[in-house]
Amino acid sequence: MADLSNSADPTATAELAETPPGRMSWSRLSEHPSLLIGGGIVILMILIAIFAPLLAPHDPYAQDITNRAVPPVWFEAGSWEHVLGTDQLGRDYLSRLIYGARVSLLIGFAAVSIASVIGTTLGLLGGYFGGRVDMVVTFLTTIRLSLPIILVALAVVAVFGGSITIVVVVLGLLKWDRFAVVVRATSSQVSRMEYVQSAKAAGASNFYILTREVLPNLTPQLIVIATIEIASAILMEAALSFLGLGVQPPTPSWGLMISEAKSYMFFSFWLISIPGIALATLVFAINLAGDGLRDLVSPDGRG
Amino acid sequence: MPIYLAKRFGLAVLVAFCVSILAFALLRLQGNAAGALAGEGASAEDLAIIVETYGLDRPLIVQYASWLGDVLRGDFGTSYFFKSPVSDLIFDKIGNTVILAIMSLTIALAISIPLGVLAAVFSGSWIDRLCSLVSLLGQALPSFFLALCLVMLFAIKWRMLPASGADSWRHFILPAATLGYYITPPFMRLVRAGMIDALSNDYVRTARAKGLPAHRVILKHALRNALVPVVGLVTVQLGLLIGGSVVIESIFALDGLGYLAYQAIGYRDFPVLQAVVLLLSVVYVVLTLLSDIVNAWLDPRLRVS
Repeated sequence: MADLSNSADPTATAELAETPPGRMSWSRLSEHPSLLIGGGIVILMILIAIFAPLLAPHDPYAQDITNRAVPPVWFEAGSWEHVLGTDQLGRDYLSRLIYGARVSLLIGFAAVSIASVIGTTLGLLGGYFGGRVDMVVTFLTTIRLSLPIILVALAVVAVFGGSITIVVVVLGLLKWDRFAVVVRATSSQVSRMEYVQSAKAAGASNFYILTREVLPNLTPQLIVIATIEIASAILMEAALSFLGLGVQPPTPSWGLMISEAKSYMFFSFWLISIPGIALATLVFAINLAGDGLRDLVSPDGRG
Repeated sequence: MPIYLAKRFGLAVLVAFCVSILAFALLRLQGNAAGALAGEGASAEDLAIIVETYGLDRPLIVQYASWLGDVLRGDFGTSYFFKSPVSDLIFDKIGNTVILAIMSLTIALAISIPLGVLAAVFSGSWIDRLCSLVSLLGQALPSFFLALCLVMLFAIKWRMLPASGADSWRHFILPAATLGYYITPPFMRLVRAGMIDALSNDYVRTARAKGLPAHRVILKHALRNALVPVVGLVTVQLGLLIGGSVVIESIFALDGLGYLAYQAIGYRDFPVLQAVVLLLSVVYVVLTLLSDIVNAWLDPRLRVS
């Protein structure tokens, strides 16, 4: 709730005014190595996810009981046939890892798309109209923040059964708070700017002003929040799947792969460390890119 | 001040009321509560007995009103699975969760305050970059993955610490270390930002001009001011910790509220689940209320608006 009271921060307006929307030259980009490195890894992972069928050496679902828990190639017992080894059911681990990128990215992007629409709409309404509307928006945000998100997600999945769709919808319906808080604060400042006032004076409708004048000026902030939230949604999906209440077997999800390998961790820890490192790398890269984007959007304020 | 407090308190009560509706509705979303409870393959007679026992045939609003009435009297109903009063179960487990939350918070503060100060004092240097790298890594490592790595090293390989249970203080070390590391990044960022802000202030310049040694300026004058917003974050994180420990408590079979909720989910034990969701939400509402009151007390400007 303390977050909500920061709306009177005057520096945000200055930052907004200084940032020319949509202008991002290569030279400016190269000043932000974290954006380059993070963004590069993320784009690579997205490409891997899209072209998974072409890249995966084996069928990620094909079981081979005679070849169970073969270690990766860098172990003595490993072979180039299965570069990252096989899991406890003899499925090729590299292929499952490649297809797992699809699940993580799909859920991350889809859930945050839903959340951004809800949060942005609420934030815009509250920030632009103020008064009673704003009170309702603030109240809804406060309620959402009071709910323990992982527990609520677990409970809903337990009631409806786990699937990619359910996980996307649940996370989408729960993760809009940051969008609402930030959009509300910035849009209330933008609404007081001269060009919005003059659009009002010229007789433009509220809908026109919100979608054409206010929203475009929030795009940089929205992109930054979206990256943070995608990273956090990916981690939550992994945690839900790890607890057995997310993506269901045999779908390859990194969280589920770690969960399935738990009982083999003593002898084959790589079954856990490989998907764990993949998850950490993806989330690290998204956050790194998000940090870089934030520097790009607000050049003088880090943190 | 009294008006602000009354308003703030009224808001908290209203939020808690709405949360109670959500906590109740959450588990009735599917509609068929008796079927969900009986599990697959239950006979029509079984279902009828369940509906009868729990009064599931009454209108939802009546069920809600009677549930809320009971809750306000401290009666959270009887657990479907454990067959004992939910309030007893919660009373038994809450201690472990609170110990875990406080230990994690202590670890997080012990890491983040020194690192945050160092990062701010040497802002832009390799120390600053190293700290932000540590903080980014902390956000990226899935907590359950970190937990399994710690179990592998400290419990299986070196046999130094137990991997599951809550029998002694040693059982809390691995879970608290995992959770503590997990919540360190936001504290570190806040301390760093607060210190950079404080160090650029006039009173710090004055203290420096007086010829005070650097460590006194940093620790006594700047840090004290930088820590004010940290108090607010502590209350919020404490709320999140109590809720967020579901995953960690389940991994370490640490017998607290999170583990209880996880078991309740598995057994479709609605009264327990409703009670835990409601309780954790109310704890969060109370903590944010306290933090707002403390803030209003510290900062007179807030009382006016």
